Amino acid sequence: MTGGSTIAIQADSLTKIYGSGNTEVVAMRDASMTVTNGEVVALLGPSGSGKSTFLTAVGLINPPTSGRISIRGQLVLDGQSPRTNLRSFRRRHIGFVFQKSNLIPFLSAVENVQIALELNGETKRSARRRALELMDYLGVADRADNLPSMLSGGQQQRVAVARALANRPSVILADEPTAALDSHRGRQVMELFAKVAHEQGAGVIVVTHDHRALDVFDTIYEMEDGRLDKQKAATTNHM
Amino acid sequence: MNLATKDIRHNLGRFALTTVGIGMLLMIVMGMGGIYRGIVEDATLLIDRVGADLWIVQRNTRGPFAEVSRVPPNLVHRAFAVPGVETAREFAYHTIQREQDGKPLRMAVLGLSWPTDKGEWVPLTAGRPLGQAHFEMIADESLDLSVGERIQLGKQTYTVVGTTTSMISSSGDGIAFFSVTDAQAIQFDVPGEAVRLERASREARGRQFEQAIQRPIMLDNAWKPSSQLPAIARPNMSAVMVTVLPGADVQRVAGTISGWGDVSVFTKDGQRELLLKGSVEKIRRQIGLFRVLLTIIAAIIMALILYTLTLDKIHSIALLKLIGAPNTVILGLILQQALILGVLGFGIAYALGQQVFPNFPRRVILTESDLAQLAVIVLIISVGSSLLGIWKAMQVSPNEALS
Repeated sequence: MTGGSTIAIQADSLTKIYGSGNTEVVAMRDASMTVTNGEVVALLGPSGSGKSTFLTAVGLINPPTSGRISIRGQLVLDGQSPRTNLRSFRRRHIGFVFQKSNLIPFLSAVENVQIALELNGETKRSARRRALELMDYLGVADRADNLPSMLSGGQQQRVAVARALANRPSVILADEPTAALDSHRGRQVMELFAKVAHEQGAGVIVVTHDHRALDVFDTIYEMEDGRLDKQKAATTNHM
Repeated sequence: MNLATKDIRHNLGRFALTTVGIGMLLMIVMGMGGIYRGIVEDATLLIDRVGADLWIVQRNTRGPFAEVSRVPPNLVHRAFAVPGVETAREFAYHTIQREQDGKPLRMAVLGLSWPTDKGEWVPLTAGRPLGQAHFEMIADESLDLSVGERIQLGKQTYTVVGTTTSMISSSGDGIAFFSVTDAQAIQFDVPGEAVRLERASREARGRQFEQAIQRPIMLDNAWKPSSQLPAIARPNMSAVMVTVLPGADVQRVAGTISGWGDVSVFTKDGQRELLLKGSVEKIRRQIGLFRVLLTIIAAIIMALILYTLTLDKIHSIALLKLIGAPNTVILGLILQQALILGVLGFGIAYALGQQVFPNFPRRVILTESDLAQLAVIVLIISVGSSLLGIWKAMQVSPNEALS
C-alpha cells in the first residue's frame, strides 16, 4: 500500500449515462461513497440497480460520465479525464474478485497469482514464493500446479482471491464473489476480506446478494435505480 | 513468465497442426523458389560447364538454345585459324524422344567434337569419358541408364560408358553426350525404305540429265549414302564453340568472327543472357509471379490464423488488461506466437522440402541466399500478419473480462 491518507476510496457524485437523446439511460446518478482504510463495505441492490457500474467506475475500468474518484488521497479520475495511467494504477493499488473466478485458462493456479505479481515488477522466484504463500493461506496450495479447468468452483474463486490480494492492494473490489460458493465457503471468503482489510488496512467494497454474511461488513450501502444510499455503519473504523 | 509459450503448451495439438499447415504452405513457397532457381540453373548449366568463351551460330539467329541454328562443318577450321583462338569445337544439339523397354525415353543429344573433346569436362558419377569415335555415350542419371547398358537409336546401338549428374537441358530433359558424328547420325536418321526411295528418285532425276545419259557410271553415285555425295553437304552442326588463348582478347576475337557474313557470334555471357531472356524468360516470370502470389496468400492465411488465435484469447487479454498488464505484455504475447509460428513453419517447410523436392521430376534447387531471403520474408509476414491480432487485442476493453 502507498500514501498516508486514511481514506482508501473517495467517490464523489459519480454519474454514468449510456447512450444519448431518446436512448439515454442513466445507470448511476450522483453516487458518492467514502471507504476508509480497513473498512469493509457491502453494496446491496437488485439486479440492474447500478452496483456493477459503480464498482467498475471505482475500479477505473469504466469511467463515469461525471464525478471524481480519489484513491489513497490521490485524485485519479476527474469525470472522464484520467489523472494518471489508470492501468498501471489498477495494477499497483486495486485487487478485483468477480462472480466468475476469471482465471486465465492457460496458466496454472499458482501462475494465475504469480502473473499479477510479475506484472508489478516482482522477480519470478519471489512472485512464486508469495503466490504459494497466499494459496497456502487460502487452502489451495495443493492445487497450485493444476489448470483452472481442473479446479472446483470454490477452489477457482479462492485462487482469484489470492490473485486479488497478491500485490497488497489499497483497495479490493469484489462483485458477488460468493455466488459460486456454498454458504460455508461464502462466509469464509467474506471473513477473509474482512481479515485482509483489517490486517492490511485495505478498503474493501463487496457487491453481494448474500444477506447471511452481512454481519461481517462495517458499512452497508444499498443501490436502487442508480442511486446510492448508506444503510448502516456497523462498527468502528479499524485504522 | 512467457505467456506465449504457456498458451501454446495449453493448446499444443491445435498449435502443432496449425504450424504444420503453415509449414506446408511455406514449403510450397520455398518449392516455387527452388523450381524457379532450378529452371535458371538447368538452362545455363551447359553454357557454364562446357567451357566455351565464344559461340558461333547461324547468321541472325540467337543460337541453338533459342532456335534452330545451322552452320557448316568447315566453320570449325575457319574459327581455329583466327588469331587468339585456342580450340574450336563442333556443337551439335537436339532433343529426341524414343522408347526404351516400353517407356518413353526423352533426352537432349549433345555432340562432342571427337577427338578434341571426349567429354573429360563432364562430371562423371560412374564409368569413363568417350573412348572411341562411335557408338559410345555418357548419360545423365535422370535418364535411368547405367554403365554398360546398350540402347538402340536410329540404326545403331550405343553403349553407356559413363554416367553424369545434374546435366539437364533447359527443357528439363537429361543430356546424353555422343561424338558429333553419332549425334548427327541420330538426328538425321531416316528409315531404310525412305533411303531406298530417295536413291531411286535420285537415279530417276539423274536420267533426265544429258551428262548422266552420256556417262551412265555417274548414276552409280546415286546409290551412295547422302553424306558421300559431292553435291549434298554433310549434315550441318548447331554451332561452333571457341576458347581463346590465355591473355587473348575475347572481344577482339569475337570482332574478327562477327565480320564474317554467314555467322553471328556471342560471348558466353551473351549466350547466357539470350537464354535467360529467351526460352526460359516466360516460365521464369510465371513462376516468379506465382511465388509472389503464394507469398501473399501465406501472409493472409497467417494473419487469419493469428487473428483467430487472438480472438480465442480475448477474455484472457481483457483480464490481463484488468489486472493492469501493460500493452507491451499483450503485444508480446501475440507477436511471440506469430514469430514462433513463422520460425517453426519455416523449419517444417525446410525439413519437408528436403524429403519431398528430390522426388520432383525437375530439379528444385534451394540456395542459401534464397532460403535467407524467404526467412526474412517469413519474419516480415509473421510480424505483419500479427498486426491484425494486435489491433484487435488493443481494442479489447477490460470490461469484457466481466461479461
